[in-house]
Amino acid sequence: MNIKKIVTTLVTLALAVSTTTAAIAADITLLNVSYDPTRELYVDINNAFAQQWQKKTGNKVTIKQSHGGSGKQARAVIDGLEADVVTLALAYDIDAIAEKGLIKPGWQKELPHNSSPYTSTIVFLVRKGNPRKIKNWDDLVKPGVSVITPNPKTSGGARWNYLAAWAYALHQPGGNDAKARDFVAKLFKNVPVLDSGARGSTNTFVQRGLGDVLLAWENEAFLAINELGPDKFEVVTPSESILAEPPVTVIDKVADKRGTRQVAEEYLKFLYTDEGQKIAAKHYYRPINTKIPIKLAKLKLYTIDKAFGGWQKAQKTHFADGGTFDQIYAPSK
Amino acid sequence: MKLFKQHNNVLPGFGMTLGFTIFYLSVIVLIPLSALVFRTAGLTWGQFISTVTAPRVLASYKITFGAAMIAATINSFFGVLVAWVLVRYRFPGRRMVDALVDLPFALPTAVAGITLATIYSPNGWVGRYLEPLGIKVAFTPLGIVLAMTFIGLPFVVRTVQPVIEEVEVELEEAASCLGANRWQTLQRVIFPIMAPSILTGFALSFARAVGEYGSIIFIAGNMPMVSEITPLLIITKLEQFDYQGATAIACVMLLTSFLMLLVINLLQKWSRRYAE
Amino acid sequence: MSAPVSSVHKPIKQKDRAQTEPAVVRWLLIATALVFLALFLLLPLAAVFSQAFEKGLTVYLDALKEPDTLSSIKLTLITAAVTVPLNLFFGVTAAWAIAKFSFPGKNLLITLIDLPFSVSPVISGLIYVLIFGLQGWIGPWLQEHDIKIVFAVPGIILATIFVTFPFVARELIPLMEAQGKEEEEAALVLGASGLQTFFRVTLPNIKWGIIYGVILCNARAMGEFGAVSVVSGHIRGMTNTVPLHVEILYNEYNYTAAFAVASLLAFLALITLMVKTVAEWKIRNQVEG
Repeated sequence: MNIKKIVTTLVTLALAVSTTTAAIAADITLLNVSYDPTRELYVDINNAFAQQWQKKTGNKVTIKQSHGGSGKQARAVIDGLEADVVTLALAYDIDAIAEKGLIKPGWQKELPHNSSPYTSTIVFLVRKGNPRKIKNWDDLVKPGVSVITPNPKTSGGARWNYLAAWAYALHQPGGNDAKARDFVAKLFKNVPVLDSGARGSTNTFVQRGLGDVLLAWENEAFLAINELGPDKFEVVTPSESILAEPPVTVIDKVADKRGTRQVAEEYLKFLYTDEGQKIAAKHYYRPINTKIPIKLAKLKLYTIDKAFGGWQKAQKTHFADGGTFDQIYAPSK
Repeated sequence: MKLFKQHNNVLPGFGMTLGFTIFYLSVIVLIPLSALVFRTAGLTWGQFISTVTAPRVLASYKITFGAAMIAATINSFFGVLVAWVLVRYRFPGRRMVDALVDLPFALPTAVAGITLATIYSPNGWVGRYLEPLGIKVAFTPLGIVLAMTFIGLPFVVRTVQPVIEEVEVELEEAASCLGANRWQTLQRVIFPIMAPSILTGFALSFARAVGEYGSIIFIAGNMPMVSEITPLLIITKLEQFDYQGATAIACVMLLTSFLMLLVINLLQKWSRRYAE
Repeated sequence: MSAPVSSVHKPIKQKDRAQTEPAVVRWLLIATALVFLALFLLLPLAAVFSQAFEKGLTVYLDALKEPDTLSSIKLTLITAAVTVPLNLFFGVTAAWAIAKFSFPGKNLLITLIDLPFSVSPVISGLIYVLIFGLQGWIGPWLQEHDIKIVFAVPGIILATIFVTFPFVARELIPLMEAQGKEEEEAALVLGASGLQTFFRVTLPNIKWGIIYGVILCNARAMGEFGAVSVVSGHIRGMTNTVPLHVEILYNEYNYTAAFAVASLLAFLALITLMVKTVAEWKIRNQVEG
């Protein structure tokens, strides 16, 4: 072993690394930074879009996927992860990216329906036969019922869970903020584990056998059943829940810099086409095009704007440091 | 580089090697770490204090340092036992066991975390037998202790082992000639020799446990005020786009690790002197 | 601190001890130690392999042949291939300066070299984001010049270098201190040049120490999770290392595949331990020799 050899090896390696990156850059690639439960959806969307794009333009496009907790993914984009498009769990996270100037203000008006091509809601996943007889939100706060949900401070899905419970309590006869707060506090008293992401919670519920009920995205609940066997779990749809609108947008700065704006916009528009909507329905999302048939139960859905006055306000009241969620866990004085 | 004169030293390359060492250390470690301090500097002193002493943060120090302390204590006890058995006794498979001790060090932390959770969760290999006894390991503070014990074990064994190997048999013989029984010999002669290395091992395993993240989040349960470790709080702050809060807590942890290492190095110096 | 290593020991004196514990106590202690180790070490290892092979060898091999898995393996190999030589070179130079010379501030220097060992991996990743990230010190400049550090391969390599920083140095410093510098001085007096002295005298003496440090460094480089997770960006097939890929598979409810890929890392750990045992044995001979 001598220094010369070490140096040559290093140089060769450095070259190898740089050439691999160059080879990737030569293709038309898009990077779609998304949240956890959309992995399977976008595998299908990407294939369908790539085919359509090639037919239309003759060009090849590869779409790379990155998945993780919604907040974490937004932070990665803020810190320089070069995403051409983001498809996150909530508008608040995309607002955070826009605040840093990476997206033009007013992004949510660029595409129809608040830039949300599909919606979803929060439902319950219970063990087969529903041994605890869980039918609605009220059953979750009964003593002895163990509820699994991720941490609203780190998981976008968990914020929807929390707000769905709040909205439910708020809309009961005689409901007000104080009662809703008590309801949510009682619910979280029944939570034994707070994983940091939606997928972590599902694993805790499914793989570790913890909890009687899992609060989950509707599409996650059905996916879990398909992946892990319908003989073990079943989905319970409550009478009412929240309308979750996961938005999508082009990251203007990145798309302009990389010259991918046209593809990126077409990609997002594809989500609104019949084909895109059908794929979303297949993955148990609720397409905004109501003509696409879905197999999901009907329920009353509250919107974040009506029930909470929008994401910025909801975030500040409930999830910021010292907000109502923190107060639930604050030591009683 | 004539900064420090090397008396009576004919070896070459001092300036070059020390220069490179400091350069590489600065580029890889010191400058990046200083970014942490500068980011925190955006906070006023009052904001800093209130961030790092918020009740939830204090609770996380308590659980992190408390669990690390318990884990290091368990490791000191069993680590010494394992080291003693490996050095002093002969039994089949001893070499294999000796090699196995380093497993936690070589096994990636995420794999360790998932695996421990698999074994100790209520439906796991071991957890299912503990559950009827009312002992819950996974998703409780006990799970944190378990993960920390796992990753810290090699440090105690590997610091104590060489010391036991070097204990002079003559000392023990002398003690027994002077009428000491075996227990007295252990207590009065051997233990004092081992003590500094046990302390070092304790401190090392403690230091490692405090910073651990990958293996713990899979098994901790992550409940605020109960089983939320400090590194997880840093991540939580980051995820709320609160960089300054995150770096403030990170600074506290960094300072703690630095102080602990200083103590460890002084301990080792002391024990070396003790040995001579 | 001395990493989890015991480089310099004397050969075990074959016992002919005047004093030892009664046989009952002896076997009781051995049994306790073995049960503890079985519960804490053997069981997790067995769990990894049993879950990996749960659905048979074909499923196991298919999981490993998946393109995203292969690309994560490639990335991990590249990372280790860059990290280990750099830290090796640093380790040898640092050990030379620290072990062969005396200078003020040596203890502080050693403590600083140790620092990455006890810094939480989360922080290790975060600091590079603070510097190279878009909101960081030189992030904007890097972006203008289209240089990617974080959320790309260089960031992963940097974080890995940081985490494995002390291993080779910490292994060599005590070894070189124990060996003293008489042999090198003799060589120099006999007219050898500095480099000749290093390659002909020092290097053979520390050869096994280097191998030992390198395998520890390598094991850690390939297995690091926390720090890499912060800087990776998690782009499938591009910036996922093997440990990150294990987490992803696990989060896709693909448990068998997750443990199959994890078993690769466990194999690596076992190989590491075997090489380490040999290296230790050789070091012992070298110190004796």
